[in-house]
Amino acid sequence: MNLLGDNLGLLLEALGTTLLMAVVAGIGSLILGVLVTVARVSPIPLLRRAAFLYVQFFINVPLLALLILAVFALPDAGLILPLTPTAIIVLTVYEAAYVAEAVRSGVNTVGVGQIEASRALGLTLGQSLRLVVVPQALRAVVQPLGNVMIALAMNTALAAAVGVVELTSRVNKINLVYAQPIEIFTGAGLVYMAIALVIGLGTGWVERKVAIVR
Amino acid sequence: MSTARTDISSYLYEPPGPRGRRRILVGSVVSALALLGLLAAGLWQFGSHGQLDADKWLPFTDWAIWQYLLVGLVGTLSAAAIVAVLGSALGIVLALGRISRVRGIRWASTVYIEVARTVPVLLLIYLMLFGLPQLGVNLPTLWKLVIPLVFANAAVFAEIVRAGILSLPKGQHEAAISLGLRGHQAMRLVVLPQALRNVTPSLVSQLVSLLKDTSLGYIVAFTELLYRAQVLSAFNHLLIQTFLVVTLIYLVVNGSLSALAFRLQRPGRKRTPVAQPVPTLAATMPHAEFPGTAAEANTASRPGAVTPAAVDAHASTTTEDRRD
Repeated sequence: MNLLGDNLGLLLEALGTTLLMAVVAGIGSLILGVLVTVARVSPIPLLRRAAFLYVQFFINVPLLALLILAVFALPDAGLILPLTPTAIIVLTVYEAAYVAEAVRSGVNTVGVGQIEASRALGLTLGQSLRLVVVPQALRAVVQPLGNVMIALAMNTALAAAVGVVELTSRVNKINLVYAQPIEIFTGAGLVYMAIALVIGLGTGWVERKVAIVR
Repeated sequence: MSTARTDISSYLYEPPGPRGRRRILVGSVVSALALLGLLAAGLWQFGSHGQLDADKWLPFTDWAIWQYLLVGLVGTLSAAAIVAVLGSALGIVLALGRISRVRGIRWASTVYIEVARTVPVLLLIYLMLFGLPQLGVNLPTLWKLVIPLVFANAAVFAEIVRAGILSLPKGQHEAAISLGLRGHQAMRLVVLPQALRNVTPSLVSQLVSLLKDTSLGYIVAFTELLYRAQVLSAFNHLLIQTFLVVTLIYLVVNGSLSALAFRLQRPGRKRTPVAQPVPTLAATMPHAEFPGTAAEANTASRPGAVTPAAVDAHASTTTEDRRD
């Protein structure tokens, strides 16, 4: 296990980058996605249209194309940030569209009676969204959101293609030196599976916590 | 049901009165100003760096450039077609394996699906690109792209198909058996055709995600859209313009596919010959604890609910989110 021993520091650093991207982009996309969903059910036609277009755009354009656009092309227009933050921002806005789709399907599961009741109690639109609709919608979509988060964790690997040295990029570099592809890539695959497993278990735990007993 | 499902917001507020209309107007103006401001800031940023100059965009009126990019699009589409065919075939086999009565088969399919869902495709592509050649296995470029994509997408297809099979009323299978069909005949002739038809929208959305995934051909230097864009931009130094144009092409192609999926998803589409279970049955279906079935239970409890559409919603909420 000389390979692992010699490169432990590098590997941990790369794993740290992967986790950092996944966590920051995960939280960011959850917040942005909920906001987009709120815009999508708001009474303002323009906001609904804009939110719809936002979701459609990011669901139909490959993440890699966006990453390349942001990392290699936008500096020509004077928009330049360090590499990892750029990747995090792109991941955030991209996955937010999927979060918005998931949350919206949750909003559709909230019973009409709930909304009518909240209106009958005199809640304003903002209150009934904040206190009645969104909490229930989020509970209904814990599992789909977990799947979005797993997809996000897998998508952080794409940042390797634009030069971010995260786990995939690092193991690839190590393999070029040690030439033991099967062991090295299997090891990396296991790490990604572990990340997905943690997210999956976490989602299951959250889901049990917040489940609505009907 | 169409109003209940597609437009919950109609319940959030009633037709606005004079005060509400005024507020909506104010909100519209404010959000319009905000969006326009954002757009203007973007355009100003681009303009101040000369990215809006005519000579940077005029090359794209040249048919030769489009021809060059369209060859890439053909590559994208053919790679996507191969992945779709192989992936869905393998996916159906895996879905059947996962619900098989033989424990070994069930176990193997489950392990495959869980592994393939949780390993980044890029890692597999690097394995194909840098790993296997070290062991003396060097595949043609197309297959370096297609094999990892089939590996990953088969798992997603399997989950979609399985959701379709599970969402079909049990009576279909029982009726087929009582008519004297054997187990595999019942699956092939009765259950699978209906299940596949029910999950068609999810399958089409998966096509969109798969088509996006072929952009990884950029990494293996397979002649597809994004790779061609990269070569083109290295040649003409118009990075922003080239990649924006390519983004637009992806948007048009995938947008049409998404629109197709949406149309298939609409309730009341013509081809729904599935026996419609009574609402109470749908609400107590065995997988009712599945995520997204809240939608099912909810719509089913509404008067006049049509379940196949709820089944679609179920299939799409449980599986669509696993794409990329």
